[in-house]
Amino acid sequence: MDPTLLGQFNKDNIIVEKLDTLINWSRANSQWYFQFGLACCAIEMMAAAAPRHDLERFGAMPRATPRQSDVMIVAGTVTLKMAERVKRLYEQMSDPKYVISMGSCSNSGGPYWQHGYHVLKGVDLVVPVDVYVPGCPPRPEALLQGLLELQKKIKTETPLRKQA
Amino acid sequence: MTFSEITDHIESKTSGKISLIEGKDVIQVTPDNWLEVATLLKDDTSLQFDYLMCISSYDKGNNKTYGAAYNFFSVQLNHYIEVRVEVEDGTSIPSVAGLWRAADWHEREAYDMMGLHFENHPDLKRILLSEDWEGYPLRKKYTEPDYYHGMPVPKDKSYWD
Repeated sequence: MDPTLLGQFNKDNIIVEKLDTLINWSRANSQWYFQFGLACCAIEMMAAAAPRHDLERFGAMPRATPRQSDVMIVAGTVTLKMAERVKRLYEQMSDPKYVISMGSCSNSGGPYWQHGYHVLKGVDLVVPVDVYVPGCPPRPEALLQGLLELQKKIKTETPLRKQA
Repeated sequence: MTFSEITDHIESKTSGKISLIEGKDVIQVTPDNWLEVATLLKDDTSLQFDYLMCISSYDKGNNKTYGAAYNFFSVQLNHYIEVRVEVEDGTSIPSVAGLWRAADWHEREAYDMMGLHFENHPDLKRILLSEDWEGYPLRKKYTEPDYYHGMPVPKDKSYWD
């Protein structure tokens, strides 16, 4: 039997870590996403959530209300009419909140770049975006990688101290 | 019935209300005669156009003439007709939403995109764009606004903040 303090921890199955790490670990692995889709990217998002790709194994599950959501996946074309709704829904989400911009349309306007009089040229004009997923539409694997990149980003945060 | 049989039949019922467009199997009707011809198309026993497939709108390119093209099909008698109604900007086309329910939303779309006005439509307002949108985007002379509710619209990002 190890008489030292650390030895006692080992014996009783105790881990010593920073509180920041614990909070980040729980946040990164429970990214409940806001269940709404705007266009064809939503089909790929559904495929990513379905059993074959199973987004839920990363702790991401769809929520039907902004109050319970941690991450907003903007999946599809953001029209000017919808942009105001997207902004309002983002504002209704509780902190900490993140945004994944999925697909060319929500990244930059995509195919509506030149003649899209009705399309917002990038959702980052109305809400702050954490991760951009390229593709038209991105495959479910690409969305999974986007979620993993977001997890990496969350794990670098210091939630106990005010961020610069 | 073939196209010529249909036009002959309409001519026999209403003289001089329709005209033909050369080289196309399309009949043209003035807005004044349109409701009468439409009622005939729907109710006549040997026409029976019970299905309004689509309403398209078009811009003639002279900044004043706009048109609506109606595609009708008869499920009962298996024949087809296209009717076009053209108006000058500022005048209106009688609505056929009372005859075919499908016309309701199609006419709203034609109003939204091309600025066609339909007389006696039950609820003529924009169907796709926001209600405070200015202009009619599918018109040839349309220019997109610089900003909409503070959001920049054009593709040129050079002057965005």
